[in-house]
Amino acid sequence: MARTPLRRRYIAGVASVAAILLLATGCSSSLNTAAPAASGSAAKPCGTVNVAMNDWTGYTADAAVFSYVAEKKLGCTVKQSSINEQVAWQGFANGTVDVIIENWGHDDLAKTYIADQKVAVDAGPTGNVGQIGWYLPPWLAAAHPELLDWNNLNKYASQFATSESGAQGQLLDGDPSFVTNDAALVANLKLNFKVIYSGSETALIQAFRTAEKNKTWLIGYFYEPQWFISEVALKKVKLPAYTAGCDTDAAKVACDYPDYTLNKVMSAKLDKSGSPAAALVKKFNWTNDDQNLVAKYIATDKMSPEAAAQKWVDANATKVDAWLK
Amino acid sequence: MAVTDFRRQFAPRPPRQRSIPRGVYAIAVALLVWFVAWRMFNGVWTLPLQSAEVTPLHLWLNEVNAWVRDNRDSNVLFVLVFDSIRIGVGAVAALFAQLFVQTDVGLQLPEIGWLGVVALVTWVAAAVGNYRVAILTAVGFTAFGVLGVFTEAMWTFALTLTAVLFSVAIGLPLGIWAGVNKRVNGILTPILDFMQTLPSFVYLAPLALLFLIGPASAVIATIIYAVPPIIRLTAHGIRSVPATIAEAADSLGVSKRQRLMTVLLPLARNSMVVGLNQTVMAALAMVTIAALIAGPGLGQLVVQALQSLNVGRAFVAGFAIVVMAIVLDRVTTAASRRAELSARHSTPLRRRRRIIALGAGLLVVAAAVYLSRSVLAAARFPAEAAVGEALGARINDVSAGFQNTFSVFTASLKDGFTIRVINPFQGLLTATPFLVVMLVILVIAVTVGGIRAAVISTICLLLIIAVGLWEDAMITLASTLIATVITMALALAVGVIMGRSDRVDRWLRPGLDAAQTMPAFVYLVPFLGLFGPSRFTAIVAAIIYAAPVAIKIIAEGIAHVSAEAVEAAQSTGASPWQTISKVQIPLAASSITLAANQGLIYVLSMVVVGGLVGGGALGYAVVAGFSQNALFGKGLAAGVAIVLLGIMLDRITQAAVARRRRIVPVTRRVRDVTAPLPVTH
Repeated sequence: MARTPLRRRYIAGVASVAAILLLATGCSSSLNTAAPAASGSAAKPCGTVNVAMNDWTGYTADAAVFSYVAEKKLGCTVKQSSINEQVAWQGFANGTVDVIIENWGHDDLAKTYIADQKVAVDAGPTGNVGQIGWYLPPWLAAAHPELLDWNNLNKYASQFATSESGAQGQLLDGDPSFVTNDAALVANLKLNFKVIYSGSETALIQAFRTAEKNKTWLIGYFYEPQWFISEVALKKVKLPAYTAGCDTDAAKVACDYPDYTLNKVMSAKLDKSGSPAAALVKKFNWTNDDQNLVAKYIATDKMSPEAAAQKWVDANATKVDAWLK
Repeated sequence: MAVTDFRRQFAPRPPRQRSIPRGVYAIAVALLVWFVAWRMFNGVWTLPLQSAEVTPLHLWLNEVNAWVRDNRDSNVLFVLVFDSIRIGVGAVAALFAQLFVQTDVGLQLPEIGWLGVVALVTWVAAAVGNYRVAILTAVGFTAFGVLGVFTEAMWTFALTLTAVLFSVAIGLPLGIWAGVNKRVNGILTPILDFMQTLPSFVYLAPLALLFLIGPASAVIATIIYAVPPIIRLTAHGIRSVPATIAEAADSLGVSKRQRLMTVLLPLARNSMVVGLNQTVMAALAMVTIAALIAGPGLGQLVVQALQSLNVGRAFVAGFAIVVMAIVLDRVTTAASRRAELSARHSTPLRRRRRIIALGAGLLVVAAAVYLSRSVLAAARFPAEAAVGEALGARINDVSAGFQNTFSVFTASLKDGFTIRVINPFQGLLTATPFLVVMLVILVIAVTVGGIRAAVISTICLLLIIAVGLWEDAMITLASTLIATVITMALALAVGVIMGRSDRVDRWLRPGLDAAQTMPAFVYLVPFLGLFGPSRFTAIVAAIIYAAPVAIKIIAEGIAHVSAEAVEAAQSTGASPWQTISKVQIPLAASSITLAANQGLIYVLSMVVVGGLVGGGALGYAVVAGFSQNALFGKGLAAGVAIVLLGIMLDRITQAAVARRRRIVPVTRRVRDVTAPLPVTH
């Protein structure tokens, strides 16, 4: 068979490729080393900060502004890596994640990584208040303001019916990452509704967008701050007020979701390093409106996160200066 | 993808007599009983479980997960085993990343610049394939730059290359072992099935826990999914070496090792390269998934763009993935053809001419690399030449216009189909007592597949009950079967046209390749606009993904019905329609059954994607399990339930394929060649 010559040919081929590449790379000095990095010299005191990028745009807005300030004002090197929000916490333990810039609760993870393993620290609130609840598209809230009170939902249940919910009204749930008591809520409030799981934030937003555009009926689980609110101003439905402990037993929940004080979490390593980035993480603080604005630049105006961050930072110099003091 | 050469598999065979088998009556009776039971016991013994509810088994799995999380860094075994694997894989990935993507220092340019990369891959394509795929490669890789995604595309390329390298290193020896040893093959097959059908969402989070987030984990996740094809096809290639040749070698008194090296391996080479091709395609299919655990590359762009529903930007990145898939597919296919041809046709003269041409090419590569290291425009793709942003904006407009135009019509289509088809069928499966449903499935399994298939089905169904997800599994099964039926109807219509005309084939094939490799979520956003989050949307997604493979298989089957049979029919004055229905379709029956098998498996692999767009049931449980620690156990259980459904449906249809084949002698089992290639985006 043609086996031996074949093999010899392969070896010769691979060897010659390697030789030529080595020759070409060896003879010429790479541009890499020839030109020192522009930002490289200033980076020394700060070093590299690894920012986890969770998959919602509000988070992207926080992270974009933080990264912009850290890079441009402090000379840090920021490495962003997209990652699922719960998986990201694992990165504190092994140094692949330094900062989670917007955290929604997660008491179990906080216990594991902050209290037990002591690899992460709570870096204080972002200033954003997270709200979870049931929302209506604005046209519907305007046309039927009585729907903004949960007591009136049953009257209109049939209007909310879809192919998925059958005769009952559809309550559209969304992103599986968010904790939801909706099935229990519907049962305990004796609502003639069925919870349908859209399965992703993308699906949920698209559903609300279509409902507003085509003036169709929709009620769904949503949350603030969220960039989409600045595109379509969803209205929150009033549920029985939240009182401390009313959601302890998940099966018996009959009250609204609590407000979440969103906070920042950073690795113990970064905290101890004395890097100016650690101070920035702690001081980073803004409002829901700020976040929604930057998120809107990114999502609706299709700006790149960096450009959106730059626009906001340029317009809000006093706020940014306060973070840097 | 799936460029498996079906040519020789579907050898022409004589027509056979049809008669109504007894089984048809059995199935009819079973269906009747089923219907009556549904009406009588509507909603009794249906084993429901609410979306937020969990079973003790699920909670126990949560505890296992928590234990691993708490002990990952303190347990010596964990640290030793997993860290050494991670460091090894990470080192190789970093090497390719330095070469193609960026170095850690200075301007972070790749070692050989974009021009050098394009020149090098083009040269490799020419060396292993031919000049046509070399041109395709050059155009494709330059296109990444023009689309403005060169760096991300190179990350994807580097990680794919790493995963494929490890897959080959693991897969070849295992495949050879399975090829020469029947028992090893028997043990490996179900494991490989499991690896290919378990949704990767299920093992992604634990994997990140063990191997830490980042490129190494992404590569390992990819290897798990991509290694089975090369194992299967290597084993298949060795096993299908004709016994006479192997015996002839034995009679010459060669040792086992010699026989393997000089007879079996060279003859199995073609099949092995097909395996490599499938492994490459499978690796690329994991690009978007790997982005969820911080695997860099094009997947990141897709995921990020979709957070803000930026269809255009997601499409540009998705298109780059399609381009890479097509380039890699055509190059590996050309390589397999070469492997076949060079053994037969090469003459010393031709070989010398080729070596001279390649040598000259190598000098061009060297020049390009040199240029890349001295001129910035050759090192980093000039941003001014990129049109990705503008293209994305255009696509956003088109997508919005499309939704505006069609959304009224599509909403009523969805409602009508859901009420008339999905709801009744799902009701039949979920609202009938589970014992009745099991019984019906058994009758169908026995009739279509035989006793063995029925036994396996029973075990699968019992295990589904054991993991506590019967009702969800039945909802998923209902959608899966509906999607498969539509897929098959579509595949028959298009496949027959394609099989009868080379020109249609040539026009449609790139579109089919694109539908298979474009990350589903890119086209799902416009569909969400049209249909809303619903089971219907999930079914449409599954059809788009599964139809291409079924179409390709049927087209191959039709194209290779013997010309004499067709001519004979035409000479007796048969109309084109009669030729199709009386000659071509019956003669291609075994490929149609095979298409049904593959269609089912591909549809099932989209269950998780379906869960992201309103499919609910098992798909949603898997997604939720990935996102919420409290639902981890349930998600894992749902993943296993999907595997069980897959094994059940696969074994029943496989047995049906085997029965069809037994009628005319066929030398090999189908399973070996067309390993299921489900892609869970």
